[in-house]
Amino acid sequence: MQTPAPFGYERATSVDHAIQLLEQLGPEARLVAGGHSLLPMMKIRLAQPEHLIDINPLAAELGSISIDGDSLVIGAMTRHNDLLASPLVGEHFPILQDAERVIADPVVRNRGTVGGSLCQADPAEDLSAALSALHATATIRGSSGSRSVPVRELHVGPYETVVGDAEILTEIRVPIRNGCGSAYEKVERRVGDWAIASAAAVVWMDGGIITDAGVGLAAVGADHFVSPAAEAALRGQQPTEDVIVAAAAAAAAECNPSTDQRGPAEYKRHLAGELTARALRRAVARAQGGQ
Amino acid sequence: MTDTAVPTSAAGNPIGFGRMLRKEDVRFVRGKGHYIDDVNLPGMLHGAILRSPHAHARIISIDTSAAEAHPKVHAVITGAVLDTLGLAWMPTMSYDTQAVLATDKVRFHGQEVAFVIADDRYSARDALELIDVDYEVLDPVMDAKRALDDGAPIIRDDKDGQTDNHIFDWEAGDAAATDAVFASAEVIVKQEMLYPRSHPAPMETCGTVADMNPLSGKLTLYSNTQAPHAHRTVYAMVAGLPEHQIQVICPDIGGGFGNKVPIYPGYVCSIVGSIVTKRPVKWVEDRSENLMSTGFARDYHMKGEIAATKDGKILGLKVDVLADHGAFNATAQPTKYPAGFFHIFTGSYDYGAAHCKVSGVYTNKAPGGVAYACSFRVTEAVYLVERIVDCLADELGMDPAELRMKNLLRPEQFPYTTPTGWEYDSGDYPRALQLALDIAGYADLRKEQADKRERGELMGIGISFFTEGVGAGPRKHMDILGLGMADGCDLRIHPTGKAQIRLSVQSQGQGHETTFAQIVAHELGIPPEDIQVINGDTDNTPFGLGTYGSRSTPVSGAAAAVVSQRVREKAKIIAATALECSVDDLEWELGRWQVKGDPDQGKTIQELALLAHSNLELPEGVEGHLDAQAVYNPPNLTYPFGAYICVVDVDPGTGHVQVRRFIAVDDCGPRINPMIVEGQVHGGLVDGIGMALMEVIAFDKDGTNLGGSYMDYLLPTPMEVPSFELGETVTPSPHHPLGVKGVGESATVGSPAAVVNAVVDALKPYNIRHADMPLTPAQVWMTMQGKTLRTDLAFED
Repeated sequence: MQTPAPFGYERATSVDHAIQLLEQLGPEARLVAGGHSLLPMMKIRLAQPEHLIDINPLAAELGSISIDGDSLVIGAMTRHNDLLASPLVGEHFPILQDAERVIADPVVRNRGTVGGSLCQADPAEDLSAALSALHATATIRGSSGSRSVPVRELHVGPYETVVGDAEILTEIRVPIRNGCGSAYEKVERRVGDWAIASAAAVVWMDGGIITDAGVGLAAVGADHFVSPAAEAALRGQQPTEDVIVAAAAAAAAECNPSTDQRGPAEYKRHLAGELTARALRRAVARAQGGQ
Repeated sequence: MTDTAVPTSAAGNPIGFGRMLRKEDVRFVRGKGHYIDDVNLPGMLHGAILRSPHAHARIISIDTSAAEAHPKVHAVITGAVLDTLGLAWMPTMSYDTQAVLATDKVRFHGQEVAFVIADDRYSARDALELIDVDYEVLDPVMDAKRALDDGAPIIRDDKDGQTDNHIFDWEAGDAAATDAVFASAEVIVKQEMLYPRSHPAPMETCGTVADMNPLSGKLTLYSNTQAPHAHRTVYAMVAGLPEHQIQVICPDIGGGFGNKVPIYPGYVCSIVGSIVTKRPVKWVEDRSENLMSTGFARDYHMKGEIAATKDGKILGLKVDVLADHGAFNATAQPTKYPAGFFHIFTGSYDYGAAHCKVSGVYTNKAPGGVAYACSFRVTEAVYLVERIVDCLADELGMDPAELRMKNLLRPEQFPYTTPTGWEYDSGDYPRALQLALDIAGYADLRKEQADKRERGELMGIGISFFTEGVGAGPRKHMDILGLGMADGCDLRIHPTGKAQIRLSVQSQGQGHETTFAQIVAHELGIPPEDIQVINGDTDNTPFGLGTYGSRSTPVSGAAAAVVSQRVREKAKIIAATALECSVDDLEWELGRWQVKGDPDQGKTIQELALLAHSNLELPEGVEGHLDAQAVYNPPNLTYPFGAYICVVDVDPGTGHVQVRRFIAVDDCGPRINPMIVEGQVHGGLVDGIGMALMEVIAFDKDGTNLGGSYMDYLLPTPMEVPSFELGETVTPSPHHPLGVKGVGESATVGSPAAVVNAVVDALKPYNIRHADMPLTPAQVWMTMQGKTLRTDLAFED
């Protein structure tokens, strides 16, 4: 049994209450949703928050998946497993279900939340890459109101986001545009492990031309989880194998992986390219009506 | 399904050998097991250990005053405190010494430095952060290959006369004869390989609850040890406590795999803590402590050379091993054999000559070395020979199945004495290999592989054939700390015909409560549900060396058969008395003595049990009751064997390996409970796949252990293993009373080489002959680029 350090516990009853508690308890207070990142870190005392504010009572308020105008709206408290099971998500953005299938394991997916994953900001976090590739935006709320931030500007570094000490991520909005195809590819040492490397690919096509693209990368030191060079290599092009290979090469060149127990930087850079190419091929096939 | 020849009890169980559900699972599957952390005594306190953050550092000072001032702390024990009791160091099972709590230096990351005793576990842990230790950090020795370099830091400067990091050199076989064979050989293949440091990783971590009664002086020690009797004796020797005043009680144990053989510093600290506080003290390590500080396995750097003729007749094998034993030589194995049974490395083949040399060295890593279902280093031996035979096949351009078939020992060669002195008791190796090839559809697999290679797809087929030696002693050759490896057994038949059998060996989940009941049922005809198996209490079971090295069935299983036979013979005298006939007129029909030629005249074992306790007048010199005792000293090890085939697919773009099929043919003699045997094999195969593909305790250059959690030390899940395809052949052991052989470690021993051989086979288009485990995606892909990695040390940019 592992033993966390002492901490206080509060239970938020609404988003406003959670924000009020954050303001009241100060920067050493942490929100806990699914708890599957925070609690393990507390158990080995890598994290020692003074207070936990439990936002699980907000699951109803923040846990729905819906269409609002031309956006798919995913509440921050949406459990991974609900994202995986949602027909609405599968219809519009199969990339999110590709990613969810390889996030941790069913036990974690049953409790872990989309917002928790994004705010944990682990450099190998899958949804950060997928939602960045989708050009999604995050809604962040504080006592003075809500603001909207592109997901690709949400992360400012490993384990760091722009969400303030007294703010809460409330929802993710993913724009729905015609001709979209998306896919996610990941290599892990063992099922449930963090990625050695992963790639998210999204293309929007019109008349056989890629009109816009999103390429996300996780675990390979890509700034903001994306490869703008790969996206630029795709825009305005026909999705030929040469174009895909060139975009993949751009992604591999642009990222900045580091050597660790999951593998040497050289291997991870190779994977960034290989997985970008594989994801792009599937994304294009999906945009063109295949699976 | 029960064998048709075996009668079935009223409860539907086989009265003897056959499939039946495990008796102990009634509590295990309902969450009603009672483990060490479930032991809670009145007034009990909790201990926690402060551990070294450094691999190698001198302790300048330790300030415990703030921790002692914590309102819930009762005592803080340091090495200096233990030193006053003569307990700062303890002997290891290899006649070395190990620090209980560090006094002079810390010698590995995670070493025990101080022990805090508090009202509860959280407070004990909180107080650890109040202890201030001033360290002078020293250069660590993390690479065994550099341990003997001139100028390498000397780890064990506590030992008089120790001027380097050398522990021992040990040899087996005939060096001159082997050199002669190599001198004239047509083909010689050399291969270096590492069997990396791995961890047994039982689900339940290690722990004790020590309860020293200050009035009686009796120590009751609850401990999840695999060897309760041996531990009791060692505590008596180490701590000077009188042995009759020590009772070791094992609750249910959640897995051992060798991890629960050693005596750990925490155990000693909990005993001292109970003496100091006069209250019971519980110490149960957490997951990180278990992974970082307790008995590891393997860590063998091996250089093999094999000699053969051009047409594939193996002539000789030699091996040079560098054995990394960590900071204290604390391996547990028979005293004579500092490299365990590694000299069984000649494996399953017929040789002219063989020789091995093993050198043990100290490094700044945790102690241990023999753990994780390794059969005292047979795992490393089998890996070496099965890998290098594949290297030879590659050199000769021969199919690895054909090369093996050509060189396997033939049935008529048994009993067979190996070039290093083992006497294999029985075997029919070609039959087992052929069965595995048939189940696999080997020819079709090779054809599929050829077709896939044409298309650039990477598919591999790996074979491993293993022979194990399990069931230590005999006692004249095998002891641990002078304690001969023989085991006792007591059997009592109660007046109503129900039985209790008391064992020295200790189940950690293997199903002893079922298997041993079935042995008694087989010999006496008492239904297994009427037989209680008792283990895990040294006051109430006979002495013996415990459960590890697959020795329970070969040794204690034989003892159980022998006591049952003694009871049967005594029951025969009682039957003859009751039936007023001569014992020579009686014959045994399962569960019943009856008159030859008049089977209606007879008495069941249950009837005889009551008569044994009745007023029946017994012959002169025959005592009443129906009990027996035995101590079994095995005449030889038993030698189970098997043929394994693994099929893998490798993604050429990512290096990811998927194990598609695994065929395992095991021969462990007759199977007492085939379901339990299959469970053992399944578990071992998962272990082996884990070892081959993902498990390693690696260190960075500063000596930091990089495997301190299950996020870092990876164990396989059902997603990484296929549905196993099992087969069996049955070759009884000629010397075991039941003909059975141990099987607990067979699959762990045999499977890693099959997986690695399969991956290397898949990589044949890249001209790869070897890559070290674990074959992670990174290792496979880098190997394909000709840049295979050193897996036991952290990667450097």
